Amino acid sequence: MPSASSPVSVQGLTMGFGDFVLMRDLNFEVRRGDIFIIMGGSGCGKSTLLRHLIGLQEPKAGAVFYGETDFTAAEEAERTRLLRRTGVLFQSGALWSSMTLAENVAVALEEFTDLPAREIREIASLKLALVGLKGFEDYYPGEISGGMQKRAGLARAMALDPEVLYFDEPSAGLDPVSSRLLDQLILELRDSLGATIVAVTHELDSIFTIGTNGIFLDTETRTSVAQGNPRELRDHTTNPAVWRFLHRGEDPPKGGR
Amino acid sequence: MASPVPASTAPTAVLRTDGSPSTLEIGGDWSRDRGADGLDAVLGRLDGTEAGSTIGIEASRLGQWDSTLVAFLLRASATLRDRDATLDRSGLPTGLQRLMTLAEAVPEKKGARRAEADVPWLDGVGKATLRSREQLDSFLSFLGETVQAFGQALRGRARFRKRDLLVLVEQAGFQALGVVALINFLVGLILAFVAAAQLEQFGAAVYVANLVAIAMLRDMAAIMTAIVMAGRSGAAYAAAIGTMNANQEIDALRTTGISPVEYLVVPRITALVLMMPLLTVFADLMGVAGGAVVATGMLDLGLDRYFEQAKSAVAVKHLLGGIFKGTVYGALVGIAGCWRGMQSGRTAAAVGEATTSAVVTSLILIIGAAGLFAVVFYALGL
Repeated sequence: MPSASSPVSVQGLTMGFGDFVLMRDLNFEVRRGDIFIIMGGSGCGKSTLLRHLIGLQEPKAGAVFYGETDFTAAEEAERTRLLRRTGVLFQSGALWSSMTLAENVAVALEEFTDLPAREIREIASLKLALVGLKGFEDYYPGEISGGMQKRAGLARAMALDPEVLYFDEPSAGLDPVSSRLLDQLILELRDSLGATIVAVTHELDSIFTIGTNGIFLDTETRTSVAQGNPRELRDHTTNPAVWRFLHRGEDPPKGGR
Repeated sequence: MASPVPASTAPTAVLRTDGSPSTLEIGGDWSRDRGADGLDAVLGRLDGTEAGSTIGIEASRLGQWDSTLVAFLLRASATLRDRDATLDRSGLPTGLQRLMTLAEAVPEKKGARRAEADVPWLDGVGKATLRSREQLDSFLSFLGETVQAFGQALRGRARFRKRDLLVLVEQAGFQALGVVALINFLVGLILAFVAAAQLEQFGAAVYVANLVAIAMLRDMAAIMTAIVMAGRSGAAYAAAIGTMNANQEIDALRTTGISPVEYLVVPRITALVLMMPLLTVFADLMGVAGGAVVATGMLDLGLDRYFEQAKSAVAVKHLLGGIFKGTVYGALVGIAGCWRGMQSGRTAAAVGEATTSAVVTSLILIIGAAGLFAVVFYALGL
């Protein structure tokens, strides 16, 4: 039974399309305050796993739990209620292009709270300030750079002070400096907000800087072959696939360890 | 950070000025579902703080909190800064302190903020006039590019995929048959209905056939078909090309060295120009068939008699005139759809606007051309 202390957990999850099985029998728990990294090679189903966690795709078998609630079996209304306590940063930001940044952040606040317009605007400004976009409230997504769009997407994901934040490739398409700043920001937000973070990424620098827990999806065996803190996995794993992934393709030393 | 605990106390913020230094007392559970009272009054009093003084914070009775509290504290901090006073944040929980530091970490970029300008009415009229001039320029230069691209195409040098053209022909031709048939059948039927009621009064019911046949062949079939195509193909072209523009696919064509006008616009307009004559003839038949239903059902005219009369009424010039008009309308629909698509902005809403204006532009061009044809054909005695 999933425990109340883990905001998100997965039991016996099998993902696939039609007859094709992408990953089978995944089991893991994300603990409160974790920065949980979903690792694996390209095309192994990292982003698909994320889509399952936020209900954009249905599992072939198994279930996703939020706290002690079975998210997979839940009714639509219950799902929406659970998802309101999460925020998602999509790979390309996925900002609504016909709204300004402030409006993008304000949408959830307008829909789900009774706050007066001025206060909504203030909170939207605060969220944008947290990601370093003070003064850009009235810009449209098309008028700012890719890195800024990504940060604005993060501000939108944080609109409702979520307990769990999901990141899909947070550093994809960012230069090394911006990518490092984003990592710092993620750490800072985790510490000050007390949020739990689940991220899909294959940027090794990011993985080692921010990750406190994680799961490795293996394309060969079509299931998870390692779990734990990425830094410890790097130094102590016995699985050659995990070793190669965490050492930029280097082969593991001969004779085992 | 905010776990759903139903039993919560009301959020409070009180400024105590009796002690020295003054303190801002914060307590209760702050959540976006339950706003604190009197925040504006507190901020108003903070605005009267002496320059150089420091205000402390007392937060020992603070429970849950969320962004509403952070937003309030940042406003209080900014208010005090304007008065050259400071807010001592050491009394706050560490998470809150760090969040406030983070929010103030990146200074506002100079000149980034936008001033909201109030545009006077007359200014708006002027800008709209200038914009319509720009639209005309853009339309003419698009038209020029298109003619040039067709010039290349006629010499067999235009770059577009023949398969694209076949697909477009199928979409603009075969797939449109159903809706073209339905619309024109009903138009023929309505024409016959209106005419029958009038002509019957002086025993000239048989002339219903003349009216339907001539009206359909000369004008109505071409116009109605063109309107259907404006809604079907014109809108689809604008949406497809607009979306490609939003995805930088047009830029990708340009950098590959392929003219988007040749690659996207030429096959689309060609498909419409090829299909419109055929659709017009098909629409003629459907319209006359619609009239036949009224003639036999309502006027007891008999199918033979109706078709005999229709055949004697129309001349080849009616048929050819209608086909010619339909072809021109088809070209106009294609041009309007592709032009609006190429002009489209990069946002989802802009693609929607491009689609709308493609249909509107098509309709205006069709009706404008129809009016022009009416005058010219009359003058030529056709």
